[in-house]
Amino acid sequence: MILTASLVIPLLGALALALWPGWSRASARGFAIAVTLAPLVLMLIAWARFDTGGAMFQLVEEVDWVPSLGMGFRLGVDGIALAIAAMTALLFTGATIYPIDTQGSARQYYAWILFLETASLGVFLALDLLLFYVFFDLTLVGMYFLIGRWGHGEPQYAALKFFLYTLFGSLFLLLAILGLYLSADPLTFDMRELIAQQPLAGAGVFAGVVMAAFLLGFIIKTPLVPFHTWLPRAHVDAPAPASAILAGVLLKMGTYGLIRIPYSMMAETFSAWALPLAILALVSIIYGALVALGQKDIKRRIAYTSINHMGYAVLGIAAAGALLNGSEVARSMALVGATIEMVAHGLITGALFLIAGSFWQRGETYRLADYGGLSARTPKLAGLTTLAAFASLGLPGLAGFVAEFHIFVGTFGVYPWLAAIGLLGILITAALFLRMLQTLFFGPLPERWNTMADLRTSETLVLGVLLLLVVVIGIYPTALIDVIETSTRWLVGGS
Amino acid sequence: MPIADLLPELILLIGAAAIIVAAAFLPQRLQGLCAPVTMGLLVASMVLVSIRWGQPDQLTFKGVWALDGAAQFAKLLIFGSAIAATALSPRWMATDRRHGEYYGLLLFAVLGSVMMAAAADTMELIVGVLLSSVTGYALVGYHRQWSPSQEAAMKYFLVGALANALLVIGVVLLFGLTGATGYTELAASLAENPDPWVIVTSLVLILLGLGFKLGAAPAHMWMPDAAQAAPAPVAALITVITKAGAAVALARFAMLLPDAIAWRWAIALIAAVTMTWGNLAALWQTNLRRLLGWSAVSQSGYALMAIVVLGVTDQALPALLVFLAGYAVANLAAFSAVTYLRGRTELDDYRGLARSRPWTASVIILALLSFLGLPPLVGFFGKLMLFGAAIEGGYTWLAVAAIVNTVLSLFYYLRVIAPMVFAKTDQKAADLGWPAAATMAVTGLLVVALGIWAEGVIQVAQSGTLVLLR
Repeated sequence: MILTASLVIPLLGALALALWPGWSRASARGFAIAVTLAPLVLMLIAWARFDTGGAMFQLVEEVDWVPSLGMGFRLGVDGIALAIAAMTALLFTGATIYPIDTQGSARQYYAWILFLETASLGVFLALDLLLFYVFFDLTLVGMYFLIGRWGHGEPQYAALKFFLYTLFGSLFLLLAILGLYLSADPLTFDMRELIAQQPLAGAGVFAGVVMAAFLLGFIIKTPLVPFHTWLPRAHVDAPAPASAILAGVLLKMGTYGLIRIPYSMMAETFSAWALPLAILALVSIIYGALVALGQKDIKRRIAYTSINHMGYAVLGIAAAGALLNGSEVARSMALVGATIEMVAHGLITGALFLIAGSFWQRGETYRLADYGGLSARTPKLAGLTTLAAFASLGLPGLAGFVAEFHIFVGTFGVYPWLAAIGLLGILITAALFLRMLQTLFFGPLPERWNTMADLRTSETLVLGVLLLLVVVIGIYPTALIDVIETSTRWLVGGS
Repeated sequence: MPIADLLPELILLIGAAAIIVAAAFLPQRLQGLCAPVTMGLLVASMVLVSIRWGQPDQLTFKGVWALDGAAQFAKLLIFGSAIAATALSPRWMATDRRHGEYYGLLLFAVLGSVMMAAAADTMELIVGVLLSSVTGYALVGYHRQWSPSQEAAMKYFLVGALANALLVIGVVLLFGLTGATGYTELAASLAENPDPWVIVTSLVLILLGLGFKLGAAPAHMWMPDAAQAAPAPVAALITVITKAGAAVALARFAMLLPDAIAWRWAIALIAAVTMTWGNLAALWQTNLRRLLGWSAVSQSGYALMAIVVLGVTDQALPALLVFLAGYAVANLAAFSAVTYLRGRTELDDYRGLARSRPWTASVIILALLSFLGLPPLVGFFGKLMLFGAAIEGGYTWLAVAAIVNTVLSLFYYLRVIAPMVFAKTDQKAADLGWPAAATMAVTGLLVVALGIWAEGVIQVAQSGTLVLLR
């Protein structure tokens, strides 16, 4: 019941906030924080119960929903899903605690956050292809209202662009899901069944069409170049906690989906498409980093580094799926790396976007050039930002390094040239983060920031916990790797 | 003569006649009593249809009247929609001197749609189409004093007169070719008849005639006008019931056609054109009811997808029925909300509605998202099955076209939703009181509930078959 409960509790919380008038701002926030703690605790229990030597999918909960279509309410986790779901639960708690101007409708804001948490966790916990799609689409609705109502700049335009783009991707996903479903025998949306059946193995053109639709859907969501254009806009105009969720959680649905569906259910076709996918990932790595370097705005810069980082994750996935047999150790490493990258990126970029929010709350501007010399004025902010930036650029001892190390070593065993070129991305991100730190915290302090306040307790707490985990994963990654390897053992073989 | 087979229809027919007679004598303040009577008649008919459910398919009344699952499903849908529309009407019509007759006309319109759905004979089909059309013209133009309403009725009538004439010519050609009007004989002679030209010509004419009722291109022009200017309860009713009746009629007629003439391609083309045209025209509408009308046109295009693959995959007919049910519920919910707000139509008038009337706004949003096909609302399952049937039947390109169209439609649905939710307003609006509010609440709830309980809808639809004609 723990998985179902982790979806139902935030949903009930959202309904309570939405239907019950008369919440004060503080009580709505306090209630929402309390509610988000429940899935977090439940994920920790799930983690404790997870048997790293056991079956691929564990803690399975199953109820028939639409049996005449082969659809069921099926939940369960493997190591990859568990790691990402746990990170999701943590990030939602952080995003809820983080202070934000709710513009007079706190009740609705926190209701949408809780609704989005249900939908997001649902995507990672679903073991039914159609249920996965249901949650995948519901996240769009939640995010649309969060950006459109509480964003700044041109929030409605950003929300519209976000919704149109990702719905386009998700509808191709639906087509692909149907194609896969119609090839299965017996007809079912049960993921375990589909992974075992590999329904489209060697099916020629049709398998290619289905694969293309899957890739399109997930690449838009991830996003890889050239389907990334919705992302900067949505990120910049969204309220900071929503940006953190968008980057930390929603982007993962693309890469997680790649592993869960085309990689697992159509392994043969995926291996044929792996090289183009890897090249696309490489383009995203380099392009994302270069464009990020050119940004003059804190949030846009972080947004573009997301494209770069998700490129690493996709590179790892493509390398892992490139072959059906051989190089098991390397491919397993690449997949482990891709999964750690998802978790690490969620924590690090989540933290970075929250930090960007803190800057906005204090200065109402994201322009890098407006800031400067803040290191003495706001030491806590400076320290945590530096830590997050170093983690993001892949400094050894922090989570980003563990992920990128695995990805590059793994990819080197499959596509040595791509790995070598990809390393350039790390170099560029190092440059762009160092320059960002320099402009924000060093040099002369502009007069208007003389009274700038340092981080509040709630902000320090959230960032502290997120970044503490980044350090823990960096120093002691074994706990995370053990859980993830349970899945890679099933998916790749190898280790 | 198996009179009992037609009992649901006879109840409505006699009831409608009685209502019209009664309305001539009742004083105006009592004419509203016809509404509960109408609802009672419709409920009785629904019960009778449900009792018959599950009995073997057959043709009755000398083979002109189909009693099969598809017809029964359409009847339930049409009667149910009519109950909702009736519930919306009393306060809307209260000031009209001819309040009582209205319910008689409404019941005749219901009968026309039911006849279309059940017709197994081209003559019967014509009677159904004409009955549905003639009552439709009168209902759309019911507000005689209001020129937009008259204009819409006139447009409906002119397009309808042409389309109906073409339908009749098509039927005559078929009769000339085969000497038959009954579907059983028609199917047999068409299967062996060597003259494809006449068949193709009559097919095109009949497609135009039924396409008019369905709201499919190129005879769809009346739909947005009627949705905009008809009395709001009428707009809710005729966009739903004529579509349901005509879709089942077209499905039944398509089953007669030999595969040698490329009727699947013709309908696929109409489907693609209809959904695209409807969506493109809806994009920049500034009037919510007109936008809903154009959206109804595009939804007809989606419905046609199922008819394209009819007989190729088992899922085609259930997909059509589930889709029609989903469309009906969502459309009734949207128009109930419009009616509840006293027919408020300009998009600008809906700005900030989510704050001033959160429940009404929620119903509209749910209805639009269901049109869009967002899970787990009821519209999602209809579209899911349509896409599945199209892919399984080898029309993947049509499914892709539908997807591109769905993204397009998101754009104008959001043009309604965004200002409703994001804008601030302090205008207070009048409403039409509890009957409309209750209808709105029930239909809005059904959009969600039927989605979550999709299994039930799908099972009922899957048990519905078209009676085999050859």
